[in-house]
Amino acid sequence: MIREFGTSELWFVVSSARWTLALTLIALALGGVLGFVIALLRVSRLAPLRWLAAGWIGLVQGVPVLMLLFLSYYGLSLAGLDLPPLVAAGISLSFYASGFLGEIWRGCIQSVPWQQWEASAALALSRAQQYRYVVLPQAVRIAVPPTVGFIVQLVKNTSIVSIIGVVELARAGHLVNNATFQPMRVFCVVALVYFCICWPISLAARWLERRMHVGRAG
Amino acid sequence: MAFEFQFQPVLAQSDVLLDGLYLTLELAGTGIVLGGLLGTLLAVLRGVVPALRWPIGVYVEVVRNTPFLVQLFIVYLGLPEAGLRMSAEQAAVLTMTLNLGAYATEIVRAGLDSVHKSQIEAGLSLALTRWQVFRHVVLGPALARVWPSLSSQFVLMLLSSSVFSFISVQELSGAASNVEQDTFRSFETYIVITVLYLAMAMALRVILALLGRVMFAAPVRAR
Repeated sequence: MIREFGTSELWFVVSSARWTLALTLIALALGGVLGFVIALLRVSRLAPLRWLAAGWIGLVQGVPVLMLLFLSYYGLSLAGLDLPPLVAAGISLSFYASGFLGEIWRGCIQSVPWQQWEASAALALSRAQQYRYVVLPQAVRIAVPPTVGFIVQLVKNTSIVSIIGVVELARAGHLVNNATFQPMRVFCVVALVYFCICWPISLAARWLERRMHVGRAG
Repeated sequence: MAFEFQFQPVLAQSDVLLDGLYLTLELAGTGIVLGGLLGTLLAVLRGVVPALRWPIGVYVEVVRNTPFLVQLFIVYLGLPEAGLRMSAEQAAVLTMTLNLGAYATEIVRAGLDSVHKSQIEAGLSLALTRWQVFRHVVLGPALARVWPSLSSQFVLMLLSSSVFSFISVQELSGAASNVEQDTFRSFETYIVITVLYLAMAMALRVILALLGRVMFAAPVRAR
């Protein structure tokens, strides 16, 4: 029997947005930690560590999210870890986020003027203290707008994990479409839900960026 | 029991993989050219025709804040409902053009905005025609300035083409799932495919950088 796209179907689609948001948060948390490490390695004084981080960034940015997903899905299961799709999806999205956030944050760390390093070194601060008290507080301020902007990419790319059966927004749309055969209506609703999540974040990123530039000019 | 890598069964199907690779290049190449042109056109129109500023803005915001995959579903599954039928490949190219067009509009717009008014006045005072000013003083330098951003967007687009396998296009990812089902060597298949994507992305970056040098040979400096 073909169902109509009614209130319950609409609610199913809208409520599945919670898994889209959950995946985004997981990827942001894990990917953020990993990305932070990558960013620090990328500006390390040891060349091999810099190469390692650069290699990771090049790999993540040079490969489709879909491939990161399949590689972690099959790779982790071969390693003997029988992970539920949601966890595998979260891990692969974290890898994806780490590559991009690492590169964004590297730029932020390097955009702190080098005199700040010199001055803090002259004050006999250790490398860790230089990061903790001088460089990172300034880098974080610069990092906020592009990081918020990246979250939009992350939300959108969670749609790709629908292929391994995680019922997030895109997958929910697919399921409802299979039951109702009203693809235009269903996927426009799905797109609208994504838009309602992403647009405010985009606006926030733009607002933060403008506010920072005003602060700098003054 | 340790896992043993077996690449031979996967590599034995290299003709399937190469067909997929070729289709990926064809689709992505077409999408990148059309999307780049659409974006440039819209960015210029937006500046020239004030009435179009709002609709173009809506288009850009809608595309940039929804997933590529959902756009693909709307084009491939939704449009036939409205009487517009097309093959999976055509839907793929159309979606790519519309998607990249929005990003390119935004990127080229930033480039056009960066051209200072005094440059245009200087051009006009040198008795250049309006077209010449537009072509050589505004558009050329603007594109030269944003070429690196456009290039990264093109590479992202190439990688995004992997989701075309969702609508059963036999591009590289689609070919991969065929090979995977034939050989049961999932991990090896995706390692090979990943290497191919990586190589394509690197090659495209180099080609775009060279193309930028040729196209924007005049010594243009940012700011």
